[in-house]
Amino acid sequence: MPEAVAVADRATSQTSPTSPDRATLLEIYRRTVLINRTDERFRQLLMTGKLQIVYYPVRGQEVLSAAMMTALKPDDYLVTTYRGVHDQLAKGIPSKLLWAECAGRSTGTCKGKGGPMHITHPETGVMVTTGVVGSGLPIANGLALASQNRGDGKVTVVSFGDGATNIGAFHEAMNMAQLWKLPVIFLCQNNLFGEHTAYAAHTSVPSIVDRAASYGMKGVKTDGNDPVAMYETAKAAVDRARAGEGPTLIEAMTFRMLGHLFGADFSYVPKELTEAGIANDPVPRFRNRLLEMQVTESELAALEAKVEAEIDEAVEFALASPFPDVSELRIDVVKQELAA
Amino acid sequence: MSTQDQTMTAPAPAPAKVAKISFVEGLHMALDEAMGADENVIALGEDVGDAQGGGVFKITKGLSTKYGVNRVRATPISEQAIIGAAVGAALVGMRPVAEIMLMNFVTVAMDQIVNHAAKLRFMSGGQTHVPLVIRTTTGVGVGFGGQHSDMLEAWFAHVPGLKVVMASNPADAYGLLHSAIEDDDPVILIENILCYGIQGPAPTPGYRVPLGKAAITREGTDVSIISYGKAVLDALAVAERLAAEGVSVEVVDLRTIAPFDEATVLASVGKTGRAVIVHEAVKAYGTGAEMSSRIHEELFGQLHAPVQRVGGTYSPVPFSPALEKAWIHSQDQITAAVRRTLDWKKPR
Repeated sequence: MPEAVAVADRATSQTSPTSPDRATLLEIYRRTVLINRTDERFRQLLMTGKLQIVYYPVRGQEVLSAAMMTALKPDDYLVTTYRGVHDQLAKGIPSKLLWAECAGRSTGTCKGKGGPMHITHPETGVMVTTGVVGSGLPIANGLALASQNRGDGKVTVVSFGDGATNIGAFHEAMNMAQLWKLPVIFLCQNNLFGEHTAYAAHTSVPSIVDRAASYGMKGVKTDGNDPVAMYETAKAAVDRARAGEGPTLIEAMTFRMLGHLFGADFSYVPKELTEAGIANDPVPRFRNRLLEMQVTESELAALEAKVEAEIDEAVEFALASPFPDVSELRIDVVKQELAA
Repeated sequence: MSTQDQTMTAPAPAPAKVAKISFVEGLHMALDEAMGADENVIALGEDVGDAQGGGVFKITKGLSTKYGVNRVRATPISEQAIIGAAVGAALVGMRPVAEIMLMNFVTVAMDQIVNHAAKLRFMSGGQTHVPLVIRTTTGVGVGFGGQHSDMLEAWFAHVPGLKVVMASNPADAYGLLHSAIEDDDPVILIENILCYGIQGPAPTPGYRVPLGKAAITREGTDVSIISYGKAVLDALAVAERLAAEGVSVEVVDLRTIAPFDEATVLASVGKTGRAVIVHEAVKAYGTGAEMSSRIHEELFGQLHAPVQRVGGTYSPVPFSPALEKAWIHSQDQITAAVRRTLDWKKPR
């Protein structure tokens, strides 16, 4: 079992060119809180029966995603997975649209036709959310290929879990990306479990990042729960990709504090691991760190209140929105409806 | 809309010889023209670059030299990565033409085709779409055996969001490939290896075969043979043979398998009252079953005989030439199926 959070916190005083400044750290924190409170609200609504959807909790992985996406530009591309609410919010999908889509409403990003596992929002660069483990990597290569051909300077990030690194598409995509020096970042959010199977029982190498070497690719292992380390790693990979230096595999260590699927038993997770994960909860840890940096309590409280209000409004909007009309069934199958 | 119509509409002012091209040339011309007209058109696949010989079947020969290796990318042997890259590029407005060397190898890339290319327009609520062309080749009669010969069009026809096309002559290959590249949705173009060498009238520049439209390739009044791809050539030969006996056969070349041109097929069968469907794919669970069923649903009272189907044997494609020849439909089988419709006695 690899260590969840063994990569030590780095001092914020570190001043590498990729270190986040105060404003950047606060922005990472805002996104962290947005993810954290959204995840919490989803679970509340599911428990009270106000919402009935398949939901994959992101509790514990907030900081990782917030830091990664803060290192991107708004028009950079993202491909993510069914456990993607953190990525989608961090990339900038407005809460209202995301909530409405997850609730299957016509006002959602995809008119209610995608749902939580298939969120798309090109305006914020979220090009694909896939429900098929590992299948996003080859698609990310294509987005990056388009940027390379066009010279538009965009970077593509594809997010996936540790379990995804064992499907063939991972290996095919890694090889092709390095071969063609594509501006793509392979972001493995190693939360130590592929569905219900622990890392050591599903992967033959001690670290995912070891696999980068097989393709001659740059690989970096980092503490995804440390906002500074994660941001520095992300920023360095983004800079490399934008400079035409090719792809990076990032293995960001994190911990999935809840089960694979909301409501499912996760007693397969060893008790001591869960306890250690909760003790190292990255969200309060981040907050305390900001307070140590002379960010004031009232500054943080104001930020948090604003986020709460945004979520309140989004939930209200989603639940008040209509379901899509049945006529939508035959729309968007192809551009023009042809006799099938 | 048949090729004959297209080449014969403008009467030649001088007795100039009609230029002939091969099927390969038709495909090459379309790809070259499309790449020349729009820099978003890119080609990718195994061995497609000139350094690799310009493609196993030479469809892309010369194109990487002309348009550069960024636009004509020779890929690793990685079908999932090829189709995935094509899907991703298509999502942001490129028009990739991905080559899967042999149709059996699409099995390796089914996730990208079925779960992603076909569904992203719908699942995104129309925010994104995948203007992707997958060119692939296959065919019985080359001696490739079980893993290089399958016609799998029914798999794709069954998936909403995918279009499936197949040409029977060089001009249509040219016109269909152009239309496929111009289409805003994923299109799978199936090429029969045994068609590559066939010669036919050259298309006039700008010729397009609209997707979803069948052609009446030969008019007739007694029975309709509905087919696509190389099997159309067999249907035409049978029609010629039966004409000598006074039987008038109409041949419908579907050209697009999905979506199926139901109007043209029903009009033809409505006129003749008899239908025979011929395809190279295994007959069981094939596209002929769908077409036959629709004809029965719509025209039951007007049919003089039940719809007949002719297709491949329900076994893997064998290697031995003797077995391979027996596996695929024959002109005799098509003729016999036509005769069954003509000789059918309605039960009292």
